Amino acid sequence: MTSTSSRPAPGAAARDVVAGRSPARGTRAPGATARRTGPRAIVLNVALLIGLAASIAPLVWMLLSSVKPEGEIRQFPPTLIPDQVTWSNYTELFASLSFPRYFLNSVVVAVAVTLGSVLFSAMVGYALAKLDFPGRRTLFALVMGTLMVPGMVTFVPLFVLVANLGLVNTYAALVLPFLAAPFGVFLMRQFMLDVPDELLDAARVDGAGEFRTFFRIVLPQTRPALATLGILTFLGSWNNFLWPLVAVQSADRYTLPVALALYSTGQNTVRYGLLVAGATVIVLPILVVFLILQRHIVQGISTTGLK
Amino acid sequence: MTVSARRRRTGIAAWGLALPFTALFAVFLLVPVTSSLYMAFTDMRGADLRTPWAVNFVGFDNFVTALADPKFQQAAGNTLYFVGVAMPLTLAIALLLAVLLNSGLVWFRSVFRVGFYAPVVTSIVAVAVVWRFLLQPDFGLVNSALGVIGIDGPRWLTDEVWAMPSLIVMATWRNVGYSMVILLAGLQGIPRDMYEASAIDGAGAVRQFWSVTVPLLRPTLLFCAVITGIGYLQFFEEPFVMTQGGPLGATNSVAYEIFNRFGFGDYGLSAAMSYLLFLAVVILSYLQFRLLRTEK
Repeated sequence: MTSTSSRPAPGAAARDVVAGRSPARGTRAPGATARRTGPRAIVLNVALLIGLAASIAPLVWMLLSSVKPEGEIRQFPPTLIPDQVTWSNYTELFASLSFPRYFLNSVVVAVAVTLGSVLFSAMVGYALAKLDFPGRRTLFALVMGTLMVPGMVTFVPLFVLVANLGLVNTYAALVLPFLAAPFGVFLMRQFMLDVPDELLDAARVDGAGEFRTFFRIVLPQTRPALATLGILTFLGSWNNFLWPLVAVQSADRYTLPVALALYSTGQNTVRYGLLVAGATVIVLPILVVFLILQRHIVQGISTTGLK
Repeated sequence: MTVSARRRRTGIAAWGLALPFTALFAVFLLVPVTSSLYMAFTDMRGADLRTPWAVNFVGFDNFVTALADPKFQQAAGNTLYFVGVAMPLTLAIALLLAVLLNSGLVWFRSVFRVGFYAPVVTSIVAVAVVWRFLLQPDFGLVNSALGVIGIDGPRWLTDEVWAMPSLIVMATWRNVGYSMVILLAGLQGIPRDMYEASAIDGAGAVRQFWSVTVPLLRPTLLFCAVITGIGYLQFFEEPFVMTQGGPLGATNSVAYEIFNRFGFGDYGLSAAMSYLLFLAVVILSYLQFRLLRTEK
């Protein structure tokens, strides 16, 4: 972090948070003279640790319970650490005919949504940020206007539309509506504003057209932004629940959250072990991705709030 | 090349880049938003799915029906209850955590940040499975823990009084990390000399919080309040996966009622309700802007 006394650009601050650099040197808050091992520090850190425990306890309990046998999950008093570790919940889940299918559906949909919407958002974001064209202001105003529209407003007519296009029960129904992501456009436009004009002018002087400039110069320049938006989009799609629940009605198109929700609220006797293992299969890949890429995710979130 | 030819070429290229998004945006967003408004003034039902133009205009009937419907009124009350409690709670905890994490005394800042943010990335359906277990009245962790200190915990999710607070706690748990991360980034943008100057003036930690941190963080707080408010007004997933709106409608929300009406085939009514929700979103955002905007 800069040690200058001038106010750092918000973006720079966000990047510092992300990089895990201590911001304390720049913005040391009250009590700066106290040492990191002093009594104040100990009280503060213990309080934060208790909060942390509360925050991750449900997830830890889920991971641990997914390897408990059925009886131990229902037993009273409950155990936290499994007495007996078993993988049978997982083997049974993946041995069933439909579960691997749900998993595959989730992956296919999330990947398609992510690739498509990030590319389209970057394209239009670049045009909105750097190119002058008729209708630019109107398009941007429409995009910003729809950011506040609740999903429920479009939900019913979207279903009517998809039904009339004959897309119910198709992957297209799960993917197409999410390729137009106003939030992604907003985010990409903000990032594209930072691409230096000199770079674009240089490419144009060399005779590159706008498309070529975009794919050869702009996209590589904005790789971190693309990664950030890509992760956020993937998360959203992977966890998406309401729309897939309505748009697909046959089991071979279910995504993981839909399948789990229908199973857990269904009338049939529910096996808790399978339920917790299923929940873990949904959450664990995301948690792992998050832990590896948390820098990008946090940066993306911070940027949206500060720009 | 003349200037105008160049401009035209740029314009064509720009629209080429904007086209894929704009086409999908028009079909899957602008058309639904406007047809929702159209549907809100018609008597469209599920049976009209294939013939959406062969319906009758009914003026404001759907809006009147919605506002006079006791179930909708209860859902609206529940939604206000949820937003009114969960939003201040979420923002207060997020701000507290951000301020604590911003202190130079924290040992493992990134560990804490990751831990508090982790619930945000989890799937609501998966999380619901876990929380239903935790809140399970007979062998759940929460009531077992309460039992240890001699408290007989309620039947959280099937108790009319306790169901909503349970969902509020769950939603807060899942959303606090988002605002925390944004507020933390905002805090790091506050220059250190502001604190030094106020310290020289004899301000203590609490005084500094109220007279330096909060005023300078206003724009960021406003952003978090608006985003959280918009999200919470659309409260749907938690009751859907945890309580199905029960017991006796105690956790039914406006968004859930819209979904139910859609399920019953009352498309026109459900579209009207969705515009009422939209109106609430606009009003709440406007109030927050009035309340929290930076005074100049």
